[in-house]
Amino acid sequence: MAEHAAHAHAGHHDDRYVKIWAMLCVLLVVSIIGPMFGVRVVTLVTAFGIALVKAYLVAKHFMHLNIEKRWVIYILVVMLAFMAVFFGGISPDVMTDGGAQWHKTYVEPPVHPEAGH
Amino acid sequence: MGVPTGRLAVWWVLASEIVIFGGLLGAYIMHRIGHPAWADQAIHTNVWAGGFNTLVLLSSSLSAVLAHQAAERGNGRRAANLLLLTVAGGGVFLVVKAFEWTHEIQAGFTITSNLFWSFYYTAAGLHAMHVIAGMIVMLIVSAAARRNEHLHRVENIGIYWHFVDIVWIFLFPLLYIAK
Repeated sequence: MAEHAAHAHAGHHDDRYVKIWAMLCVLLVVSIIGPMFGVRVVTLVTAFGIALVKAYLVAKHFMHLNIEKRWVIYILVVMLAFMAVFFGGISPDVMTDGGAQWHKTYVEPPVHPEAGH
Repeated sequence: MGVPTGRLAVWWVLASEIVIFGGLLGAYIMHRIGHPAWADQAIHTNVWAGGFNTLVLLSSSLSAVLAHQAAERGNGRRAANLLLLTVAGGGVFLVVKAFEWTHEIQAGFTITSNLFWSFYYTAAGLHAMHVIAGMIVMLIVSAAARRNEHLHRVENIGIYWHFVDIVWIFLFPLLYIAK
């Protein structure tokens, strides 16, 4: 009887994982179809917004971060914060054409989105 | 109770991996925003191949977490088989990647073509090396699990594999969808 209950419990877990996987697959399809409309906002939400949701689902349900020790999550969040500092510190220089004592001499080529088709 | 030593080691590895991949992708994003003309290059990447590989990795993550579930139940044989299925998923991913790269290199898009392709091959290549490393460790863990030994390692390699999956979840829109 106890064995049967254990199997039923295990089966329940398996179903949950399969459901999460199915959700991830649906999100994948949306993330491919969304950008096909060519609308910038829709592309950003469907491609990158959904990537965040997919990563959250994998981290929470497959990596079991929801039941992991809190300080493990803090370690990972601190690493992500380092990345934010890196990006915030460097991107203003990388993405501008000049500063107080320098300017970019490289000339950006024109954009031809239809190239190759 | 603390975190078991093996799992703690995996979390520390992943903490350093966040900085490695985060730095690379952060650099790519800021350059991509600063160089709109990269869209002319990005248009040559194959969305369907990238999408299929995303499906393969998501599915391999499912088999990895089911392997963990089987190991927790003490079913080493099922855990080993599911780990082998996960390794097969990694194999399919690499084969698709090989075809993709062959096609792109033959079309003249190499790692030295321009900065977009440099980032493309570096990021996807670094990720592929992580896939290969995961497959090798998974084969070792699988062999032990089949003998019902070191079953706790099934969870550890699974956590690593899910992280590799998450990295690809971000690489896919950055390299394939953003045209």
